[in-house]
Amino acid sequence: MLSPPHATHESPASFPPLGARRTFVIGGILLILAGVIFGDIFAVFVLHQNGARISGSFSAATHAVAMGNAAGVAVAFQNIGDFLESRGTKVDAHVHMIGFGYLALMLALLQPMIALSEIAKKRLAALFLAGAVLLPVGVFLIHYVGLTDSPFAAIGWASIFADLGGVLVFVVGVGEFAGLWRYWRSRTQPAVPDELSRGRSWSSRALLAGGALLVLIGFLHGAYYAGFHLYASEAKDQALVSSMAIGAASNQPLAAARALRDYDQLQVAQAVNVAAHSHIIEFGILAILLGLFQPYVYLSERWKRIWAILLLAGSFILPVFVFMELRWGLVAGGIADVGGLLVVIALFGMLTGILRYTGRLDAANEIVR
Amino acid sequence: MNASKKLLIIGGLALGIWAMGFGLYYAVFIEHQTLDQIGSSLASGFTFAAQRHLPEARAALAASAQGTYVYVRQVDAHGHWIGLAMLLIVLGAAFDRVGFGERLRFFLALGLFVGAVTFPLGVLLETVSRGFGPKFLAIAGSALIIFSLAGIAAGFARASEP
Repeated sequence: MLSPPHATHESPASFPPLGARRTFVIGGILLILAGVIFGDIFAVFVLHQNGARISGSFSAATHAVAMGNAAGVAVAFQNIGDFLESRGTKVDAHVHMIGFGYLALMLALLQPMIALSEIAKKRLAALFLAGAVLLPVGVFLIHYVGLTDSPFAAIGWASIFADLGGVLVFVVGVGEFAGLWRYWRSRTQPAVPDELSRGRSWSSRALLAGGALLVLIGFLHGAYYAGFHLYASEAKDQALVSSMAIGAASNQPLAAARALRDYDQLQVAQAVNVAAHSHIIEFGILAILLGLFQPYVYLSERWKRIWAILLLAGSFILPVFVFMELRWGLVAGGIADVGGLLVVIALFGMLTGILRYTGRLDAANEIVR
Repeated sequence: MNASKKLLIIGGLALGIWAMGFGLYYAVFIEHQTLDQIGSSLASGFTFAAQRHLPEARAALAASAQGTYVYVRQVDAHGHWIGLAMLLIVLGAAFDRVGFGERLRFFLALGLFVGAVTFPLGVLLETVSRGFGPKFLAIAGSALIIFSLAGIAAGFARASEP
């Protein structure tokens, strides 16, 4: 990888060592990487197995209804609750890690417009990262910690720490907004010209246009699903659950078994549609964000193009093949995971470029001193 | 900074703070209780069915379905507000690269902002009323977002290297 000849206009003052913007950029990309890798591991090793266990417990509940065994129903639903909590908390941890990563990158963009002292900005950035780590870790632990030694009836310690993480991020959001408000009220121009606003390279434009297109496709799919399938799907869900319970109680085992099978398929269809919709939009936003940070990716234009194309390809492949799981099953799931891997590789590539940029900037700064 | 960029960034930040505040309030005071209600109604429905109390079973299953209907929309509204707030800020930061005049860019930004507020609001109001009003608000909001996004994507593609 050659050093890019065009990346010579950067200002060390806007990207200082341990400064707020650098903390947000590197911390944000690391959070996104951690979230995507965690999501891929979750999809391969937990998601499908967990779905099968939930389905098995519903089958056990239906069988217990047919046998008139109320205690058996209670046990089955206890298991369903545990499996749902296990899955839900892992999905939440994955989503929040990535969401906070995006937020960190956005706050990095806004730093030149935050009219606060550099120390205050650094503290806000550190507070943000603390909250952004605390919340998903807390959420992940909810299933394992439960209500052990909790002073509350419904909320355990893991949940309390997760909420504390949310409060920290909220406080940072308010602080950044106050800084932005001061900037606009002061009517002064930024002291440091923002080199990010000058990025117009091919990789930057491809990521911006490609990202906007991915978000648009995601919204079109979401609108189509909400308009044509959501209400029907909810009505079918209710009817099938009722058929399972009432059919089993009315000595109609075949009807109950058919309802159980259809219910499983419906759950998969709902999950796949929601996952495809959310992933394509999130990857679109990620592409736009990374398009803006291309001036910090200190690599040759050829390598920047390779990472941009890889990121856009993975961002398209993952949600499309998640959607295709309805027809092709685990084969499509495997291809979707490869899409996720492409995104991870591209993110690592860009992060390497950003770290090279910081090293070069710091070395130049040392020479000046 | 031009008006379209300012609208997207300030609007996005305000929407994000609102959405985080709503999410925090929801997580602490509503979500756990709602999930408990959904789960206990569903389990009660099956338990009543096992005891052959079918009218009670139907009522409990209907209560579970109603709880799920409300929960899905509350979480959707929170998630979409947060997601759209992020989109507004990100696009705001890049908005001077949309290859149109400032007037058109402002209308695109306004459409996106109004859609980002009204679409999740319509979804949330569906928990209060199942009538036409909330649905119309949600559909109109999402249409505004889609048309604005299409314009913005075209604008990014149109922009040329300086």
